[in-house]
Amino acid sequence: MDIESLTHTSGEWLRATGPESDIVMSCRIRLARNLAQFPFPNKADDAARSEVEEILHNQINRLATGRRLSYIPISSLEPIDRQLLVERQLISREHSENRGRRGVGISDEENVSLMVNEEDHLRMQVLHSGFALDECWAEIDRIDDAIEAEVTYAFSERLGYLTACPTNCGTGIRVSVLLHLPALVITKEIQKVFQALQKIGLAVRGLYGEGSQAMGDFYQISNQVTLGKSEPKLIRTIQDVVPNILSYERRVRNALVKENRRGLHDQVSRAYGILRNAQTISSEETMHLLSSVRMGINLGLIDDLEIPTVNELFIHTQPAHLQKIRHEKLESAERNVARAAYIRQRLAGRPPEPS
Amino acid sequence: MKKCGRCSKPAVLHITELRHGEVQALHLCESCAKQHLSKAPTEAMEEMPPAEAEVSDDLDELDQRSCPSCGITFKEFRAQGRLGCPHDYIAFEDELLPLLENIHGETEHCGKIPKRAPDSSQQQFRLIKLRSELRSAVEEERYEDAARIRDEIRHVETKPADEEPPPTEA
Repeated sequence: MDIESLTHTSGEWLRATGPESDIVMSCRIRLARNLAQFPFPNKADDAARSEVEEILHNQINRLATGRRLSYIPISSLEPIDRQLLVERQLISREHSENRGRRGVGISDEENVSLMVNEEDHLRMQVLHSGFALDECWAEIDRIDDAIEAEVTYAFSERLGYLTACPTNCGTGIRVSVLLHLPALVITKEIQKVFQALQKIGLAVRGLYGEGSQAMGDFYQISNQVTLGKSEPKLIRTIQDVVPNILSYERRVRNALVKENRRGLHDQVSRAYGILRNAQTISSEETMHLLSSVRMGINLGLIDDLEIPTVNELFIHTQPAHLQKIRHEKLESAERNVARAAYIRQRLAGRPPEPS
Repeated sequence: MKKCGRCSKPAVLHITELRHGEVQALHLCESCAKQHLSKAPTEAMEEMPPAEAEVSDDLDELDQRSCPSCGITFKEFRAQGRLGCPHDYIAFEDELLPLLENIHGETEHCGKIPKRAPDSSQQQFRLIKLRSELRSAVEEERYEDAARIRDEIRHVETKPADEEPPPTEA
């Protein structure tokens, strides 16, 4: 896989092929693992980091997952390329900004990402379109088993898999779903959802995980507890609660249509109109309008645009993507112009310029 | 309504235990029941008196203590929130356990186990899993299941006595 080609493609998880993908953009499971005989990455010296990277890089190369994996050494990438991988959800912000030897194994479809020397020695994640957590678990469990057959993970009988941060120890699992909830945001019902989720110990975050803002009405819901409950049980908690949120969002959408179909139709059409015609547009406004358009498509109010195109635009209109597409460094004002041009082009139904 | 045998809150759980051939009835409120069951069946009655002394002014000393394996001090961990190596979980066990309890509400793993884990510890995993199952059974008021699981725990515990794990305190 080469980074340049990423700007012309998109991850499989963006293609809205999974169950409930009108609201569930994607789902993800990640596992945190460490090698028993090395200090955690933040305390490891260069020699130890290199050794860990070599061991895990080898394992990744030998993995028979049925997917082709490419290993990218993050430490030798330009900042813009690292940023690109963050925007695509293939690596964490922390992994991009860290120092020292580190890397990531990525599958061609961008469903699998195996980060080496992140906060833990190994952070594996599997990402799928829609609400398909069982598939995520089956795949990541297999990958984990395959690696575990060859290396010795840091594991304690009492505390499970040992991680650099005590908040992850035990199963080391983070189960999350990325939900698009525009109607709950419009009606401010979203607050009730937050409170209910908090009560059952689930976390709500923005599009880019921990510490990130909610953009484009996207919310990531995930487990907080990792110790004392089995993986299937933690997954089940999310599987049990998400359908309630989906039906809540759908109910509110239908109520909005019923109350004021014309008003709503006008709003999503205007959003669509701005995106198709704007000459300069900020990232924030783009997210906001795309969210409106996405809901418009799902309600049948916009019928000449596909959800996967909108999903892709959320990712491809971000700063590093725009600069890679243009092959030049762009200041914020220039990016706004480039963004508007790119969106006009995509919404006119033409494929992105290969440049 | 009966009152809890340990505090004065109303009892919600009524347990009849056979202990050393004698029938013992216990009436507990929700929080005491949880406490009881988290210790059961390993002699919940023989509670340690709370260690009240030597709590103060040990904080400095604690902060300076370091892990013999990676050299991180507890103070460094507190400052950055990241441990230095897997051994820290043993080196700072006394401090980490309450922290883990706080974060997760539990201090015993109940999930995936590496296939390479030594055979001798398999029994321990089984006990941990059974204890957790016992807790859920009681929480969900499946008392018949709870009784069955409790018997199973006793069975596993008494079978190979030499494999009883050492107590975890420092």
